[in-house]
Amino acid sequence: EINCVVWMGINIFLFVWFYFFYDLGDQFFYTRHLLGSALAWARAPAAVLNFNCLLILLPVCRNLLSLLRGSFVCCGRTMRKQLDKNLSFHKLVAYMIGLMTAVHMIAHLLNVEWYNNSRQGIYDKLSTALSNLEDSGNNTYLNPIRKTDIQIPTYFVFTTIAGLTGVIITLALILIITSSMEVIRRSYFEVFWYTHHLFVIFFAGLVFHGAGRIVRSQTKTDPPHNFTLCKDRSDEWGRIPECPIPQFAGGFPQTWMWVIGPMILYLCERLLRFIRYMQAVRYRKIVMRPSKVLELQLVKNGFKMEVGQYVFLNCPAISQLEWHPFTMTSAPEEDFFSIHIRSAGDWTDKLIDIVQHLPEGAQGPKMGVDGPFGTASEDVFDYEVSMLVGAGIGVTPFASILKSIWYKFKDSNPKLRTRKIYFYWLCRETHAFEWFADLLQVLEKEMEERGMADFLTYKLYLTKWDQSHATHVRVHSDEDTDVVTGLKQKTYYGRPAWDKEFEQVRKENPTSVVGTFLCGPEALGTVLEKKCVKYSDVDPRKTKFYFNKENF
Amino acid sequence: MGKIEWAMWANEQALASGLILLTGGIVGVAGQFRGWQFAAYAVAAGVFVCLLEYPRSKRSKGTSVERSGQYCFTVCVKAFGPLTRNYYVRAFLHAAICVPGGFMLATVLGCVCLGIASLIYLVAAIRGEHWEPILPRKEVRKPITESIKNPPQNPPPRPPAEIRRKRVDDLEGAAYDNPISVTDNE
Repeated sequence: EINCVVWMGINIFLFVWFYFFYDLGDQFFYTRHLLGSALAWARAPAAVLNFNCLLILLPVCRNLLSLLRGSFVCCGRTMRKQLDKNLSFHKLVAYMIGLMTAVHMIAHLLNVEWYNNSRQGIYDKLSTALSNLEDSGNNTYLNPIRKTDIQIPTYFVFTTIAGLTGVIITLALILIITSSMEVIRRSYFEVFWYTHHLFVIFFAGLVFHGAGRIVRSQTKTDPPHNFTLCKDRSDEWGRIPECPIPQFAGGFPQTWMWVIGPMILYLCERLLRFIRYMQAVRYRKIVMRPSKVLELQLVKNGFKMEVGQYVFLNCPAISQLEWHPFTMTSAPEEDFFSIHIRSAGDWTDKLIDIVQHLPEGAQGPKMGVDGPFGTASEDVFDYEVSMLVGAGIGVTPFASILKSIWYKFKDSNPKLRTRKIYFYWLCRETHAFEWFADLLQVLEKEMEERGMADFLTYKLYLTKWDQSHATHVRVHSDEDTDVVTGLKQKTYYGRPAWDKEFEQVRKENPTSVVGTFLCGPEALGTVLEKKCVKYSDVDPRKTKFYFNKENF
Repeated sequence: MGKIEWAMWANEQALASGLILLTGGIVGVAGQFRGWQFAAYAVAAGVFVCLLEYPRSKRSKGTSVERSGQYCFTVCVKAFGPLTRNYYVRAFLHAAICVPGGFMLATVLGCVCLGIASLIYLVAAIRGEHWEPILPRKEVRKPITESIKNPPQNPPPRPPAEIRRKRVDDLEGAAYDNPISVTDNE
C-alpha cells in the first residue's frame, strides 16, 4: 500500500530531522550540557506525535472523505474493505502515537531527573552555573526547575503545564487504548465508545502541552556569547566582555498549528452526522423476505443516491450509539432507497424482531440515516457488453446496478451504452438471497415481455452442494424452471469454468468491447483479470475484455 | 450488546498497567534515579501483575478468546483458588501494589493506571463477576447409538480350516456337506 510507505517515510524523516536539529543545533549546546541526547530523544518523537495527532482524526471523518476524494464504489465486500482501510489506518496511527508517547515520556523522565540533579549542584561546574541562571531582571533561566528546596521531580512535573497536561493526556491515551482492544470493542461497544471520547481531553491537553515553553534554547545577545569560548569560564560570565551572561528563551508552542485543522474538521463531521440523524426518515414499505431478510424502503428529503452506494443506519430504539453500514439495493431512478438487512448479529436481530411485531401498515422505529457514501462509477453503463460477477454477499450492489440498467434502458437513457449483460452469481447457497432471485425473475419476465429475452443472461453457481442436492436436481431436471431458484435459467453446481464463459461471450460478441466488473474476493479478481487479458484480441475489430479493477 | 463484563476491561487495563509499571521501573533503575529502590520494586511488581493478568478469564456469556500461550499461566493462576478467582481480592491487591509506585516520578503513571484497574475490578466484583480459567474442552465420547444392534458373538458356523482348505489333488474328497442347508434365494 503506497499510503503506508509514504506515511512511514514522513515519520522517519520527521524523527531524524528533529533529532539532529536538537542534537546538533548550536542554540541547544548548553541545554544539551544538562540533558545530553535525551533532549533530542524527547523532541524527535514529539514531532512525529504532532504529525500523527493531525492524521488520526481524518480517517474517521467519513462524510468529509466521501466529499473529497472519489472513492471506490462500495459493494458488500469492498464496502467493508474501504471502511476497514480507514479504520486500519486510524489504528496504525494510534499505535504510532502510543509508541512515540512512550519514547517521549521516557526521555522526559530522564530530562527531569537530570535537570533536578543539575539544580542540586550534583554535576560539574558548568551545569551548576547554568542551572543557577535566574529569571530575574534582565536575565533568563535555562533550567526550568527553579526551586532548590523541593527535590522531588514529581513535584516539578505536577506544577508545570507541560508536566500536568502530559500525565493527564497520557492517562487518557492509555484508557482509550485498553478499551479499544478487540475483545472489548466487539463485545462491550458502549465501554469502547464512551471511553474513546476521552480523545477530547487528549486534544485539549495536547494543545496546551507546550504552553509552558520549558524547552529552552540560547538566544542571541549583544555582545554575543560564544559557548566554545565561554563554557569553561562560567565564573566570569557577565564580568568579561567576550562572555556576557547567556540568555535563553522557550520554544514557541507549535502543536496547536498541526492539530487545529483536523479538530475543526472532525467537529464539522460530528455536526453533519447529527444534522443527518435529525432529518426525518419515512418508511415507504417494510417487507419480510424469506430467510429472515428484512427489506426497508425509506424516503428522506433531499436524498440522492448512485448505484452501489451505502448508508449508515442508526436506530435509537436498539442502540443510541451504533451506526451500521448497509449497501443500498434500490436504483437511483426510484423515488425511494431500499436496503436488505440480513440477520447477522445483535443489532440486526433486534431490528427484525421490532419490525415483526409492528401492526400492519405502521411506520417502523425512528431511524437515522447517514450517507450515501462511496461514489459510483459510471463505467458500468459505458460498455456495450458487460460481464458482472457477484460472489456471495457481493451480489447486493448488483441489485442496484441491474435495476438501474433496466430503468435506463426503458427510458432510453443516452448514458446507457449497454446492449447485453452477462451476470454470474456465485454463492455457497441461496439462503438469504431469495429476494435477489425474485428480482432476477421479475427482470426476466419484463425483458421477455419486451421481446428482449436476450438482454440479460445470468448464471447461478452454487459452490456448496451435496449428494441430496444433486439427487433433487436430477429428479426435477425435466422441468421448465430451475428447482432451486424458480428461474428459467438453470443453476450450475461448483465454480464457473471461466475459460468456457469467456469463450462463450467472445463467440456471441465478436466485435464488442466487454467490461468485466467484480464484487467479491480478490483472488477471483486476479483470475478474471488474467482471463480478460487472455481472451482479448490484439485486433481492434475483434472482442476486447477490460477488467475494471478499482470499481467493485 | 451482551451484558458488560467489567472484568474484561479491568484485565486489559491491569495488564497495560503492569507493563507501564515495569517500563517505568526499568528506566528508574537504569538511569539510577533518586529513589531507584521504588523503581526496583516497580520492576518486580510490574512483572507480578503481568503474570497474574495475562491469562484471560472465561466469559460468562459468549465465546472467550485466549491470549496466545496463556494456558500455562492459566494453570498457575488457577492453583491459587479463591485468591485469584475473587475480584475483590484482586481489586485490593492492585490497590495495595500500586501505592509504592506513587513515590517516584518514573512509576507514577503505572501507579495511577493500576489504581484505575483496581477500581474497575471493584466494580466487576460488586456485580458478582469472578475469574474462570479457560481450559481446553474435554472430548466427550459420543455414546454408541442404538442403531448398531448387538453384533453377533459367535462366528458363522463352518467346518475347521483343514477341511476348508482347497484340496486340488482330490476334488472328490474335498466336497463336504454344509451343516446348514443352502437354498437358492428365490
